[in-house]
Amino acid sequence: MAKLHVSTTINGEPVEFLCEPSDTMLDALRGPLGLTGSKEGCASGDCGACSITLDDRLVCSCLMLAVEAEGHALQTIEGMAHGDKLHPLQQKFLEMAALQCGICTSGMLVASDALLRKNSKPSEEEVRFWLAGNLCRCTGYDKIVRAVMETADEMREAAQ
Amino acid sequence: MNVVTNNKWIGERTIRPDGADKVTGRAAFAADTNMPGMIWGKVLRSPHPHARIKSIDTSKAEALPGVKAVVSARDVVDFPVDKSVMLGIQDMRWMCRNVMAREKALFPGHPIAAVAATTEAIAAKACELIEVEYEVLPWVIEIDDAIAPDAPILHDFMKFEGKPSNIGGRLEVKKGDVAEGFAQAEVIVERSFTTRPVHQGYIEPHACLVSVGADNKTTIWSSSQGQFMVRAMTAYLTGIPQSDIRAIPAEIGGGFGGKTIVYLEPLATLLAKKSGRPVKMVMTREEVMRATGPTSGSKSTVKIGAKKDGTIVAAQGTFYLQAGALPGSPNRGAVGCSFSPYDIPHVLAVGFDVLSNRSKVAAYRAPGAPIGAYAVECVLDELAEALKMDPLDLRLKNAARQGTKAAFGPVFPRIGYVETLQAAKSHPHYSAPLGKLQGRGVASGFWFNAGGESSAQVNITEDGNVVVTTGHPDVGGSRAAIANICAELLGIDYKRVSVLIGDTATIGFSNLTGGSRVLFASAIVVTQSTDKIIATLKERAAKIWDIDPEAVKWENGAAHPASPNAGQFEPLTLAELAAKAPSMGGPIGAGVQLNTEGAEGGFGTHICDVEVDPELGIVRVIRYTAVQDVGRAIHPGYVEGQIQGGVAQGIGWALNEEYIYNKSGKVDNPGFLDYRMPVCSDLPMLDTVMVEVPNPKHPQGVKGVGEVPLVPVMAAVANAIHNALGKRFYSLPMSPPVVLEVIEGPETRQAAE
Repeated sequence: MAKLHVSTTINGEPVEFLCEPSDTMLDALRGPLGLTGSKEGCASGDCGACSITLDDRLVCSCLMLAVEAEGHALQTIEGMAHGDKLHPLQQKFLEMAALQCGICTSGMLVASDALLRKNSKPSEEEVRFWLAGNLCRCTGYDKIVRAVMETADEMREAAQ
Repeated sequence: MNVVTNNKWIGERTIRPDGADKVTGRAAFAADTNMPGMIWGKVLRSPHPHARIKSIDTSKAEALPGVKAVVSARDVVDFPVDKSVMLGIQDMRWMCRNVMAREKALFPGHPIAAVAATTEAIAAKACELIEVEYEVLPWVIEIDDAIAPDAPILHDFMKFEGKPSNIGGRLEVKKGDVAEGFAQAEVIVERSFTTRPVHQGYIEPHACLVSVGADNKTTIWSSSQGQFMVRAMTAYLTGIPQSDIRAIPAEIGGGFGGKTIVYLEPLATLLAKKSGRPVKMVMTREEVMRATGPTSGSKSTVKIGAKKDGTIVAAQGTFYLQAGALPGSPNRGAVGCSFSPYDIPHVLAVGFDVLSNRSKVAAYRAPGAPIGAYAVECVLDELAEALKMDPLDLRLKNAARQGTKAAFGPVFPRIGYVETLQAAKSHPHYSAPLGKLQGRGVASGFWFNAGGESSAQVNITEDGNVVVTTGHPDVGGSRAAIANICAELLGIDYKRVSVLIGDTATIGFSNLTGGSRVLFASAIVVTQSTDKIIATLKERAAKIWDIDPEAVKWENGAAHPASPNAGQFEPLTLAELAAKAPSMGGPIGAGVQLNTEGAEGGFGTHICDVEVDPELGIVRVIRYTAVQDVGRAIHPGYVEGQIQGGVAQGIGWALNEEYIYNKSGKVDNPGFLDYRMPVCSDLPMLDTVMVEVPNPKHPQGVKGVGEVPLVPVMAAVANAIHNALGKRFYSLPMSPPVVLEVIEGPETRQAAE
């Protein structure tokens, strides 16, 4: 079967790519699109390392077919910083040692960003349940949760 | 020895050198690299727990368009079973049989053959076309079944006490005479425990990319806990000399011990050599769960005797640890560590290595020690109850101190175990009120820590900055700590120090990242290299000033004339001296390669609060405080991170994680949905208290910190559940069905169903 042609928007840029009908969005990102910041930890939607947003909705790119990107807008970890200016979450993760090996970090940041867009003042419980789909085996989540809450505080202050 | 005293960077929470790459998705992990002409490798795995391989016919697979190479055991170098060839703690006899089944398939998931093809889909299809004739054999999974007199024997060549057996070895640690000790005891508690195999649970599956030239020159990109281990094992298993293999360490997405051996690299190398194309292999999560090493399931019996005043007089432990299908369980950690926090005159700890048709175990954070400590620390809790003593007071009364002779051999130098107990006892957590169905437990733990071989090269760049190269993959922030140390010694901003991990062609031999050894060992070689550089810089300044090098001191990143010349010359900065290097003797750099010594063991004491839901049987950890003697916290953020990560893994081990086998001898939960690791909403904040008793044998006082925090957790949780419910559990995991059964009793459960 011939490959399928997909036109979409990734990190604000128009993008075209070819894929097999069975390819996941994660396959397309990591393959033809060369965006390897999204990671495959399970391919079953359980670890969240491949988290991206699809029209501002948080999804596991391993559970989405690549052809479903047609006509939509995707955001990946590669689009989070602006040049050398890190997003406040990225900066806070660095300052607060909220990463160790780093394999879950892309997904954690994308998911945390999606949370803060919806809820600028999440409680600890809200952060914990929102991130419950993002496995981290290194940190015990403590510093991640603190970093997200502290970033939320700072972003609210900055917005005032 | 502790040479660093001014503390500008040591103890600072600096930004890690690899941080920006990891928050932007730029960091290259094992599966993130591609090459022109690259093809894909896949492994055909055994569906049977135990089967003789009568024949393998690969002709149909090889004929499939797109298939470029097929390999099986005949392509892997054989290490005959009668002669041991050790590489570190691994025996190549077992490694060669683990990477590819030789005479027999020994567990479901055991590699039988591997294929390389132009696409992953073709490689998978080709695996299906390989015809394997098996003679299915009786199999055995659990310890009791494996050591029963009529058990199916995995290896005819393995004998125990003169008879064919699944017991692969016995290990004993002894001090005094336990019979004499127990005769003096006034109170004795003896209990038996079981634990289930648990996986390290790294989020990054094993992956590699290998290219082999026509001249056999081989390049391996993979994530592992040791590029030199990858090189050596691949060389052994493929016959390519080590000097022809360049192993490049990718960023590693978690290891926890599980990436201290190879699975894919030798197969990809053989496929690349045969096909003439670079070969990439990436495991699925299911393959990781079926075919890579969890840590052992176990059964153990621990007996401790004490006087009425709480003085422990004797302790005995018998530990059966599963090895998987090939010998090598972590008995050393169980028998060596479990009683080590205590000064006990009579100790006997015996461990047995038990084989069964499971995947070969691999190291997991303080291998063996958490299994032993779980039993010992639960028995101590019962002993404290019997003696009507506070459990921390019982531990304080018997705590190992400087001068205590550990049963496994050494006499402890200055150690911080007592300090961890005191800090736990005075922590507000220990006296905080508890609600209904809540309980509190404590437990302690010990890990040996380790030194061993490390290499470092420190170079000053022409613009006066610093590049440090070491040979240890960084799993938890070691680069950040090395930057702190080097900046401290040179007296410059830490941002001027780049820390890189060299590959096997660019840095000297460095042993595995494991055993909590990396910062201990690499700090020594980095310190010695930096000291050499400082000596060179002082000599050059002395030459410029025409004074004695002894009369130059290095301070705040510059050479200063010291008395009697103090103040006579303007200081010469690192940048100025670097600029003058070409005319002053050439490049400035130094390297040190060393077998480091002086690693001292680590101790921790944990306090855990739980709340039990009696309707659902769910145990929630609601508060946790981990106290640990960390020696010196070079980067406190990552020391805390190690402690918190270890605790989280322990909570998973205690409450949910286990390999579940079905009736046909296969793992029934080979994915993250059913193998239930703690998620963010399962855990509370994990408080840490870093007690700093510097290691007197280390320039910065460093002790390993990574392993200790897993050791006490399961017992702390179990003791807390007892405190909440008044009932004791003797097996892990204490998952909802198990907890419900204990709360309601088996009859009630059956009636309800």
